[in-house]
Amino acid sequence: MVHGEAWTIKEFFTYPNEYIYWTIQIVMYPFMTGLVAGAFVLSSLYHVFGVKQLKGIARFSLVFSFALLPVAMLPLLMHLQQPLRGIEVMLTPHFTSAIAAFGIVFSTYGMIVASELWFMYRKHFVETAQSLKAIEGRSALQQAQYLLFSILTLGAWDISHEALEADERAVKKLAGAGIPVACFLHGYAGFIFGSVKANALWMTPLMPVIFICSAVVSGIALCILTYILTMEIRKQLALRHRLAHPELPSMDELKSAESHVVAMTSRYLLMFMVAAITLELLDLIFRGYTAVKSWDILRSVIYERDFVNIFVVQYGLGNLVPFVLFLIPGLTIRRAVVGTVLVLLGVFMMRWNVVIGGQAFSSSFSGFMHYVLPLWPDSMETLKEGLVGALIVAGTPFCIFYLLNKVMPVFKETH
Amino acid sequence: MISRRSFCKKSLLIAGGLAIPLSCLELFDPKRLLAEKDEKGPRWVFLVDTRKCVGCGFCVKGCKVENEVPYDANVTRTWVERYVVTKDGKTHIDSPKGARDGFPNKGIDIGHGKLEEIRDEDIEKAFFVPKLCNQCDNPPCVQVCPVGATYQTADGVVLVDRNWCIGCGYCIMGCPYGVRFFHPVFHVAEKCNFCYHRITKGMQTACVDSCAFGARRVGNLRDPEDPVTKIIMTERVNVLKEEYGTKPQVFYLGLSKEVK
Repeated sequence: MVHGEAWTIKEFFTYPNEYIYWTIQIVMYPFMTGLVAGAFVLSSLYHVFGVKQLKGIARFSLVFSFALLPVAMLPLLMHLQQPLRGIEVMLTPHFTSAIAAFGIVFSTYGMIVASELWFMYRKHFVETAQSLKAIEGRSALQQAQYLLFSILTLGAWDISHEALEADERAVKKLAGAGIPVACFLHGYAGFIFGSVKANALWMTPLMPVIFICSAVVSGIALCILTYILTMEIRKQLALRHRLAHPELPSMDELKSAESHVVAMTSRYLLMFMVAAITLELLDLIFRGYTAVKSWDILRSVIYERDFVNIFVVQYGLGNLVPFVLFLIPGLTIRRAVVGTVLVLLGVFMMRWNVVIGGQAFSSSFSGFMHYVLPLWPDSMETLKEGLVGALIVAGTPFCIFYLLNKVMPVFKETH
Repeated sequence: MISRRSFCKKSLLIAGGLAIPLSCLELFDPKRLLAEKDEKGPRWVFLVDTRKCVGCGFCVKGCKVENEVPYDANVTRTWVERYVVTKDGKTHIDSPKGARDGFPNKGIDIGHGKLEEIRDEDIEKAFFVPKLCNQCDNPPCVQVCPVGATYQTADGVVLVDRNWCIGCGYCIMGCPYGVRFFHPVFHVAEKCNFCYHRITKGMQTACVDSCAFGARRVGNLRDPEDPVTKIIMTERVNVLKEEYGTKPQVFYLGLSKEVK
């Protein structure tokens, strides 16, 4: 069977070779990079612009951004017909292609986040290594931990006041440098679509900006959501360990800290959401007003075939409802959870409507293609480019975050 | 112990020493040598006379066999479209299996295996249009390939390196003509290349050889004596989707405004 035939239903006239070639993994790719960029921008708001209210979530979102980073390229690998040759994008980039920038931008960004994390956690690494060193007759596990943390210090054992201040200055500089790189990482994902002149729905210079704004929205939403979830787990742990360790924060302390952080962060979420929706609507109105050759088929895709996906799920459920939920005074944690989940759904649907919607019509403008998401895999192809593949991509960052948290605890006070 | 000064000096010396043999690669740049010879090779172009096409689909058959595109796979390097314009101004288009078996049904294929029957008296005009890669002068597929696996030769034909293509599909998305697809066996991007292995040996393309009506012709635009060049230069020819700025090099005679 030809690649794409398994999930494409054609209607009226389409060119014989036209299929939905870019499927759910290409929806996941901008969604995941968007989360990476958004989480980083959120942490930078504290480090660079000194937004003190975000202190509680800044470190958390930075570690989470790092956990999301390797997953940003996972959907691309799963989508490639020749995954083993994927590395060639980094080794032999062809620079007239928007995708060729991937290797450079991705590794630059990775190095910035990694070094920022290192400066932030250096004190923790040194202290842990030293406390492990002090133990006489270490067990095999302790010895391994000692080795790991010693290596992580990279030989910089100085944790005097001056050294730590220098660390903080470095963090600030790196966070500052990281903002444009994070925006570029995601903006160029928008450019990949926006520059395809053969696709009437994708081609607009607004695409990178729309992508960046919705990326920040989704990144902040996921950080709030994960933050709430981890705080709930901490609350449960606090209840259990309170008697044995009275020095741990109490239930009420945790609760007030949590609602404060969530309320503050959701304000920034709203600001970026307004920007994202404004740009998307501007794009839509502009297309309708100028009504060039492609508008006839775009109109029937946007207002008829994809109406539910675009106006009900994306704009209604994913934008309008959470907007109202966050604006009603007295934001509760439960409402914030519902709101952030809906925001994430909205941004995911925006990616879906761009990637799948852009292939919903033939480039002959005379026919349509319908994408049927393969739910249960019956071959390697439908496994990689179906629901199961997408769930693997969505679940991986949480596993990585769990492991990273063991080495770099996000809730431990360091400096 | 080596001093900093002598370390810097020596590294500069080594870097300089390495640069000399590397510069030879520049001196013997084969492309520049070819350009200096002042002998321009051919620029392959294609001429389709839609008035002569009867929609038999022999070109599609010939192409599939010659270029080892699996016969029953629903992809093809070249295909033929049927246009039926009815008196109410509507255009009905189809290309069942790329017209590999011609057009066995009178009804128009509208997908889902359904046919739309049109009465003869409702038809205003009807015609066939063969399609193939336009071997654009400004090929968007070459521009977007992230690893340079697809490239344009000096004689204008766009080729795919099957050993280098990573199969991302960006070129398929970038082509406004829909000529590219994934090869079902090699799992890399595939497209019409004007039968490059044949035309470079002085032969005709498989589709040209299969066409009994002379609707398809391949020629060299740099040769003013080439009959195809003469037609392109002197007659009223047209190209497909000029608005994309791709500078397509497949020229059509008798192209109608309905053609997509």
